[in-house]
Amino acid sequence: MLNFKTGTLVSAIAGILMGMTAASGSAWADDVTLSFLVDNAPSTVATAEALAAAFEAKNPGVNVEVESRPGGGDGDNIIKTRLATGEMTDVFMYNSGSLFQAINPVQNLVPLDDLSNFGNVLDSFKSVVTGTDGKVYGVPFGTAMGGGILYNKKIYAELGLSVPKSWAEFMANNEKVKAAGKAAVIQTFGDTWTSQLFVLGDFFNVQKAVPSFAADYTAGKAKYASTPAAMKGFERQEEVFKAGYLNEDFAAATFTDGVQKVATGEGAHYPMLTFAVSNIKELAPDNLGDVGFFAIPGDDAASNGLTTWMPGGFYIPKTTKHLEEAKAFANFIATTEACDVQTAAAGAAGPYLVKDCTLPSDVPPVVSDMLPYFQTEGATAPALEFLSPIKGPALEQITVEVGSGIRAAADGAALYDEDVKKQAQQLGLPGW
Amino acid sequence: MTAELSAPLAGVRPLNRARPQLVTAYPSWFYLPAALIYGVLFLFPTIASLFFSLTRWTLFDWTFIGLGNFEQFFREPFLFQGLVNTLIYGVVTSGAKVVLGLLLGLLLTSDIIGRGYLRAVVFFPVLVSTVGVGITFTTMMHPTQGLLNESLALLGIKGPGWLTDPRFALLSVAAVDVWKGVGLATVIYMAGIVSIGSEYYEAAKIDGATAWQRFWTITLPLVKPATVTVVTLSLIGGLRSFDLIWAMTKGGPGFTSDVIASVIYKQYQAGFYGLSTAGNVVLFMMVAVIIVPLSWFLNRGETDR
Repeated sequence: MLNFKTGTLVSAIAGILMGMTAASGSAWADDVTLSFLVDNAPSTVATAEALAAAFEAKNPGVNVEVESRPGGGDGDNIIKTRLATGEMTDVFMYNSGSLFQAINPVQNLVPLDDLSNFGNVLDSFKSVVTGTDGKVYGVPFGTAMGGGILYNKKIYAELGLSVPKSWAEFMANNEKVKAAGKAAVIQTFGDTWTSQLFVLGDFFNVQKAVPSFAADYTAGKAKYASTPAAMKGFERQEEVFKAGYLNEDFAAATFTDGVQKVATGEGAHYPMLTFAVSNIKELAPDNLGDVGFFAIPGDDAASNGLTTWMPGGFYIPKTTKHLEEAKAFANFIATTEACDVQTAAAGAAGPYLVKDCTLPSDVPPVVSDMLPYFQTEGATAPALEFLSPIKGPALEQITVEVGSGIRAAADGAALYDEDVKKQAQQLGLPGW
Repeated sequence: MTAELSAPLAGVRPLNRARPQLVTAYPSWFYLPAALIYGVLFLFPTIASLFFSLTRWTLFDWTFIGLGNFEQFFREPFLFQGLVNTLIYGVVTSGAKVVLGLLLGLLLTSDIIGRGYLRAVVFFPVLVSTVGVGITFTTMMHPTQGLLNESLALLGIKGPGWLTDPRFALLSVAAVDVWKGVGLATVIYMAGIVSIGSEYYEAAKIDGATAWQRFWTITLPLVKPATVTVVTLSLIGGLRSFDLIWAMTKGGPGFTSDVIASVIYKQYQAGFYGLSTAGNVVLFMMVAVIIVPLSWFLNRGETDR
């Protein structure tokens, strides 16, 4: 096998540049403009701009320019291409976990272990932005989230339903909602990424049944199709479709449609990440109090728990020309002050991963429903993408097919295993 | 008799005639800039992509894996379905453009009221941005709130999910492609039809040929060059079509309207650069394998005439 490192030269040059910047010392007198790339979700942009403004206020002479990019696959593509061509902004925000591993952090990013506020970053976050060399490359941007089911509290009150702790209870609730003439489960395949929650959000239950799944999966030993507990996610997605619980326009509806439907009571359940709370606030502010949240239930009511998502990270590429200022910005983000700035800008969708950061007491019910999971020992598990570097890129298309009856659950799981294999080979992991 | 005369002549080399490349008006180095541009912008990327299609490539480093990417490309069910969809899409759009283009060409070269206006109307979609067209039609084809299904609902018909039903998604996009592209085919056909001498039609009329006979025996054979052009252009366009499909369905629902180009793009998005490059090589081969014999076949008939 041949293996060339074309990036060596690039990083060498970057290293020299870094040396020069460092040597120039604190020459902050000249105005410095830091470019900051974030995804174009309104809440992200608002958060980024608020952080930028707060940082600028503390550091006269430094301007931060927020640039936005699309989310999803297009965004991944932009990040990878800009990093590879040395065109990346001075600082940027991107996912942690498996997507972070796919951008080759050791080659492309500046380690941040030496920040003075580094100790403020919680260990659970550090582990999802650690490169293969053991160094930590990011600070948390935003809050942790839960992946589960947003539900309409008014419908629950009207029909006298209670929050389900097991899958059977959940399906019984669905049946009652359907009988009342409403969409029991909202799906929005117009934005394909929204289709993955039944599979990804079920990971707490997978891990409960097969504690070694994440490690075996990374090693290429455990497969979705051959692990009954892991197959459940696909099967359940198929089950809700077959039972006719979906909203009529599920195939074309978009994420914002879904948020509106669950907030205004057009539908009862919307499988989603809790960051949607900021979208509810924006799209249906009057209904913010009508939406609650619960974890995707498993078979057993006794072992009910939440699959959690880590926030994205704030990273510095090696190609930055303003390393010192960029690091100062990163250092600022790892403070309680920055947490408060973010809460003020977009509301908090969950707990922060920075020490001593607190949430306001009047958080919306989506968040307050989620917090008990975090406060109970053993009631949360990180999503698989934070335990394993591998996430197959075609999952969203596969779950759309399974969730609209085009492909059987077992077939979808087997197809996803193939997709995962491709990703593992691309990452050059052993055992594939 | 002609054969007897030309046979010996053909064997004799015309000594006094200069060799073709020496007749050119410019010295050879005049071609250097063009050759350089061609080499840097076309030849080098082509060769580089042939090479990278044999590697597992992350943009940062690469590993040589032989034909592994091609093997993977053909093994995966949705990649293979993309191949089949590409063929369906190419043939359907090309066929529809030939038939509709010819019919519209006939209509717009005949004496009808508002001919200039109608010509403009037919050609107009060609000038509009594909992505814009895609987004507009996606909105109109929305299963519950789209203009199309709301109009059908007025007639009491429940329209299908044009873009969300796996049975219709690809064909709906193909229909929009035809709507957008038929103007070009029409213009090519109009030029072909206008260039047919009117004496053929006069002679046929004197012989008492019906309109159908005139179409079938005069127009159709004599617009063959136009047909060849339309088929070749629209088939190549259809086989490598990407923008409209991406704007309308992104290959969905699931993988049901994926064509090779969208599959390649998804691989690229996912960071499988080697695999997507291999997909491009497959697409290139497929277009070549279909178009080269087809254009040879179609053009052969023409030179014989």
